[in-house]
Amino acid sequence: MQYKTMEGKKELIEKLQKDILLWQGYKPQESCTAERIGLGIMETAFPNGVFPTRGIHEFITAIPEHSAASDGFISALLAILMKNGAGCVWISTSRKLFPASLRTFNVDPERIIFMDVSKEQDVLWIMEEALKCDGFCAVVAEITSLNLTESRRLQLAVEKNGVTGFILRKDLRKAVSNIATARWRISPLPSYNEDEMPGIGFPRWNIELLKVRNGNPGSWELEWAGDRFVVIDQEIKKDSSYYAEQRQIG
Amino acid sequence: MGKRYVSVWFCHLLADWQAIRHPELQDIPFVLVMADHGRIIVTAVSQQAQKQGVEAGMRAADAKAICPGLQVINEKPGRALKLLQALGEWFIRYTPTVAVDEFSSEGLIMEVSGCPHLWGGEREYLQDIKTHLKAKGYTVRLAIADTIGAAWAVSRFGKVTPLISPGTHTEALLSLPPEALRIEKSTVAKLQKLGFYQIKSFIGMPRSVLRRRFGESFLTRLAQALGTQNEAMCPITVPLDFQERLPCLEPIKTRKGIEMGINKLLECLCLSLEKDGKGLRTGVLTCYRVDGKIIKVDIGTNAPTHSVSHLFKLFELKIDQIRPALGIELFILAATKVEDLVAPQEVLWDGNPGLNDRSVIRLLDKVAGKVGAHVIHRYLPDTRYWPERSVKDAGSISEKASTPWRTDKPRPTELLRHPEPIEVMALIPDHPPKFFVYKAVRHQVVKADGPERIEREWWLDVGEHRDYYQVEDQYGQRYWLFRSGHYFNEQPQWYIHGFFA
Repeated sequence: MQYKTMEGKKELIEKLQKDILLWQGYKPQESCTAERIGLGIMETAFPNGVFPTRGIHEFITAIPEHSAASDGFISALLAILMKNGAGCVWISTSRKLFPASLRTFNVDPERIIFMDVSKEQDVLWIMEEALKCDGFCAVVAEITSLNLTESRRLQLAVEKNGVTGFILRKDLRKAVSNIATARWRISPLPSYNEDEMPGIGFPRWNIELLKVRNGNPGSWELEWAGDRFVVIDQEIKKDSSYYAEQRQIG
Repeated sequence: MGKRYVSVWFCHLLADWQAIRHPELQDIPFVLVMADHGRIIVTAVSQQAQKQGVEAGMRAADAKAICPGLQVINEKPGRALKLLQALGEWFIRYTPTVAVDEFSSEGLIMEVSGCPHLWGGEREYLQDIKTHLKAKGYTVRLAIADTIGAAWAVSRFGKVTPLISPGTHTEALLSLPPEALRIEKSTVAKLQKLGFYQIKSFIGMPRSVLRRRFGESFLTRLAQALGTQNEAMCPITVPLDFQERLPCLEPIKTRKGIEMGINKLLECLCLSLEKDGKGLRTGVLTCYRVDGKIIKVDIGTNAPTHSVSHLFKLFELKIDQIRPALGIELFILAATKVEDLVAPQEVLWDGNPGLNDRSVIRLLDKVAGKVGAHVIHRYLPDTRYWPERSVKDAGSISEKASTPWRTDKPRPTELLRHPEPIEVMALIPDHPPKFFVYKAVRHQVVKADGPERIEREWWLDVGEHRDYYQVEDQYGQRYWLFRSGHYFNEQPQWYIHGFFA
């Protein structure tokens, strides 16, 4: 009897939490239709445990190494988002992404349309227009800064059509005040080889979820294991740092 | 550079045409006749009939008497002009400016300034026209000169050469009969009565004397032949299949007005496109202003379409370029390039997002219209090893990759457009460096993969091969470095070419 009331209370609290989210203006995605993004344990950080596809995800990339890691992480997410055959747009003023490398993250590079424009305003304009297209599942834009008005416009476009927006923001100095759904910082970590094999292993990143609306920010270590994400256990991590110190080249 | 004109004279235009249509007439003498003031008059003569002495202007009965077995065919009025119009359109392959010769209705006038060199010279140019027309079945005489009048005269009466080199048309005219000046028959008769059988016999006379005797039009023709007076041509234009006109009663000055005009034109144009199952690829809107200026704006689409709303959006981006000034009195909207439009299956399409989605095509059109088509890229694999050339631009949105993307060799997520030189410390030949300095930051190399040698495409450019290494530094940051050339060069230069994720 006691057990049953406990269960009842838990359900009640969960329902209340969902109601609060609704009142805060967050539209829940039906968990039956929403696909898992493949981030494993990290997905608990998102509201309702579902990766918010109807949102603007902002990635802070101050140095080229970070932007390469962010490119990799986004590409891996795109592979899952693009599973239904949808396309993607990659807008930039100074693109360095190498299309031939995208296959490593299971993305078909020919399904990505690159727009290499010269002005920042054009990037934002194209992004807003592209977010309204049904043929795309995601739009990636590389810009230096994003202000409140611009981010709100993008957010409105995203909520209407459900095309996910990714923004790679280079500028750190400008005051951050936008309404991105999530803010990430991805930095590379030393790769790990089993059995002390020479060479470089699968790419490994430190994922910092700095902000997520209605979710719990956190930090994880993630590896792209060729075809899926693997969240690294702290135990193995210790080992890997040990190996890294031990290993010599040659 | 002076202008050059070619006059084409179809000696037996209608007869040749009949012979082409009815091959059985090829070897029989025949004439075309028309009723004129109650008499049957010969209007066109075939080559065989001409040889037997039949001439245009004879009575049909006389012609039959001269030439036994003569075929007589009734002619339809206005056929010659129609035929010349059609031939003129064919001639646009030789020059953009072709006009029907209005004086005789037996030939064409072409302005060929800057065209003949494409055929290898004026002689080859004329020869090419002549052989092409001969193959079609037309007998022609051609001449090229500095003025329309001179070219016309030489093509009909010239006996020496059809090539009148620049500046010598006056000399060429001197020995020709006065008919060569395109003057009325009565004037010709008057000149002959006075004993002027060649142009040189009256060309030196004072103008006032000539004017008094032969009239102003005679002087005009003379001046046109000599090049002292300009002669206007009325060029033939190839009619576009899809073109709409909107004349305005009141000149239009406002943006709203222009928008309404464009909308109205698009509705008509799209309706006719839809009927024919076509879609627009490029369109031109021409605005004729009251002050005589012409403004053109053009749009292009990435896939054929006949949607009014979509095309209007593309034009809307360009309205700012239209400056109405005092007002626009005529809009002409032409679809300069159309393609067959496959009717999409709506239901199937809606469920499948992808690059074929119409919304994608519309986005691309909008971007191409506002920013420019050069910003849009889509990449396909190319079967080449050199990293910069291993991807190629796709020609269209639907082009498929002919080879699969390669994944067997590591390629960096970010590739620098140009490799940047770095300073390295490499201990052992053909091994990755111990550390490298890039942008004043020292990176200790902890792990490395490689080398992967990529040979330069020597048939395209010269230089050293590259030995690529994938390296990871003490912070776990991964780079793509290469050494240019062999190690035994005294100072091999190292470069950074990319960043791995």
